[in-house]
Amino acid sequence: MNFEEHAAKSLVLAPAAIPVLRAILCLSAKEAAMAAAQIGPCVVKAQVPVGKRGKAGGIKLANTPKEAEQVAGQILDMRIGDYTVERLLVEQQAKIVREFYAAVLNDTTLRKPLILFSTEGGMDIEEIAAEKPKAIRRLAVDIDKAPSAKDISSMLAGLDLGAAEPQVTDILQKLHAAYRARDAELLEVNPLALLADGRVVALDCKFVLDDAAIYRQADIAVGGGASAMTDLERRGAEAGLKLIQLDGNVGVLANGAGLTMTTMDVIRHYGGKPANFLEIGGEAYTKAGIALDLVLSNPGVKSLVINFCGAFARTDVMADGVIKAWAKLRPTVPVFFSIHGTGEDEAVALVRGALGIEPYDFMEDAVQAAVRAAQ
Amino acid sequence: MIVRKKDRVVVLGITGKQGTFWTEKMIGYSTNVVAGINPKRAGEMHVGVPIFASPADAVRAVGADVAVMFIPPPMAKEAAVSAAQAGIKLLIVLTEHIPAQDVMAIHAAAAKHGTRVVGPNTAGLVTPGECFVGIMPAFVPSVFKPGRVGVISRSGSLGTLVCLNLTRAGLGQSAFIGIGGDPMLGTTTRDALEALDADAGTDAIVIVGEIGGDMEEAAAEYAKGVRKPMVAFIAGAAAPPGKKMGHAGAIVTGNTGSYAGKRKALEAASVIAVDAPSQIAAAVAAGLKGGRTAMQAAVSRQ
Repeated sequence: MNFEEHAAKSLVLAPAAIPVLRAILCLSAKEAAMAAAQIGPCVVKAQVPVGKRGKAGGIKLANTPKEAEQVAGQILDMRIGDYTVERLLVEQQAKIVREFYAAVLNDTTLRKPLILFSTEGGMDIEEIAAEKPKAIRRLAVDIDKAPSAKDISSMLAGLDLGAAEPQVTDILQKLHAAYRARDAELLEVNPLALLADGRVVALDCKFVLDDAAIYRQADIAVGGGASAMTDLERRGAEAGLKLIQLDGNVGVLANGAGLTMTTMDVIRHYGGKPANFLEIGGEAYTKAGIALDLVLSNPGVKSLVINFCGAFARTDVMADGVIKAWAKLRPTVPVFFSIHGTGEDEAVALVRGALGIEPYDFMEDAVQAAVRAAQ
Repeated sequence: MIVRKKDRVVVLGITGKQGTFWTEKMIGYSTNVVAGINPKRAGEMHVGVPIFASPADAVRAVGADVAVMFIPPPMAKEAAVSAAQAGIKLLIVLTEHIPAQDVMAIHAAAAKHGTRVVGPNTAGLVTPGECFVGIMPAFVPSVFKPGRVGVISRSGSLGTLVCLNLTRAGLGQSAFIGIGGDPMLGTTTRDALEALDADAGTDAIVIVGEIGGDMEEAAAEYAKGVRKPMVAFIAGAAAPPGKKMGHAGAIVTGNTGSYAGKRKALEAASVIAVDAPSQIAAAVAAGLKGGRTAMQAAVSRQ
């Protein structure tokens, strides 16, 4: 789950006592003007959970309330990536001396938290890694430990941070603690700025909450989740199903992420285009009926492949779900089945008996028939 | 990580709906299930298996080599750590959606106690004709049969399809190793490849991968030195970049984890990569008869 800058700062950084500048969240140009009147010279920042906001024209300086109102008017309703700007953060201006990069994230190879720091702040970590790989310092931390000031200072050795080093050390420790306390997948401060007055503050923040930990971060999860979804994807999410709408015309309903991706691959292999990703694997195998409704609600779908290969997911339960929903939905597009694995004899008999449809023995044949039917 | 009939298996969460269903299936397939765990029902029997309060109690009373978990995500860390502390050598974590930092804690505990973790989010292990541990349809004769092809898969559903295709082509399996769909796995594709390479019962190896992460690339490094014929299918060629495709592990970001990168790495290691699951069996059959040149020819004929 992604969080916008204002939410990441107020929900994660500020409670962890990581310094941020004074800022006010605004929903209109009028509000931006009022905020600027309180704060003084300010930066008006589009609140969307994507990078490169500055390059897209979503971050502008304003020295007076009138200027703030003006630039806010320009930024609101702007499209950045897949998002429309609906919120602005009006933040105090500050004189920046140096920009750093700081982050804590899951290192999936080491299977440990990893602290990253670089003196090359302001650019993407991917860019720093490509252009100045030596400028990135790394510290892997055991999951049951917190990094000591000594650990951090050896990580920072030779970077010549001068008087800022104690503050940077403190912030990195707090960032790690916040990452742990808040089940971050990524907690990134870029830039972490050294100001002319000697303070080190977080000018921006990216926080990605581990989706699997939302259940125990409910207090902050309400402030996130601003991901771009189509109406159909939102309906899927509300039903607890992962749906990704695509621009093809062959609908996909399968169990398990691997099998679903493979069904999409085989559709493409035979010259077709998948209309969606939607899987009902794991515990979701009881939701076949809702899933059928979702796939058929996609106006682009001209034919449908139902591909079940049951391991944990019982094909008889899934087939039963499809058949019960079928009576209500009365699909008008041709539907092609392939059913194997746990419960397959019962499932095949159900589909044959209730729908009068003969499942294909090979999924490739079901897919090929669906691709032909969609053309 | 190839399970054997003699391996003593303890089931954590045996009394739940899925624990009960799959334990009965495992026992029916002659898996040696010796104990179940449920702190509230210690001393009782369930589906003919004695229940203990903790893995440590079960190990003391009946001994155990393998633990398998039917435990929901919020309790998974504690359960896995208790199994590692009890000295279980092989821990199969079926649970999907365990918080990442809990997964790290599981791996740390496993490393400390010398436990090999398979998963999280794996469908488990099958040794056809012998036993299985997990949630695979080992007992469906059209899917699995004993033989000499080893199969490694991140996905249970897709692994099932691949074994089905092999069985239909008359090619039985020596072992199915489900490694799991999570981004941080205890057993990687490479680990499984090493095990099958070393297994005297395995003559050919099928790698069923997915986009995301770098496990297939790492396995390709090892594959350079493997003499057994190897075939790979990587799911996700048609997946849009930047989207999580169900498995938390299956996401392409930048150049990392892409279909093209994985396929290239595997092909450079003389692994035959195929476009569709239906092509796997023919390639394996050709490889068993005539080596890699024959496999390549078999694939390009399709």
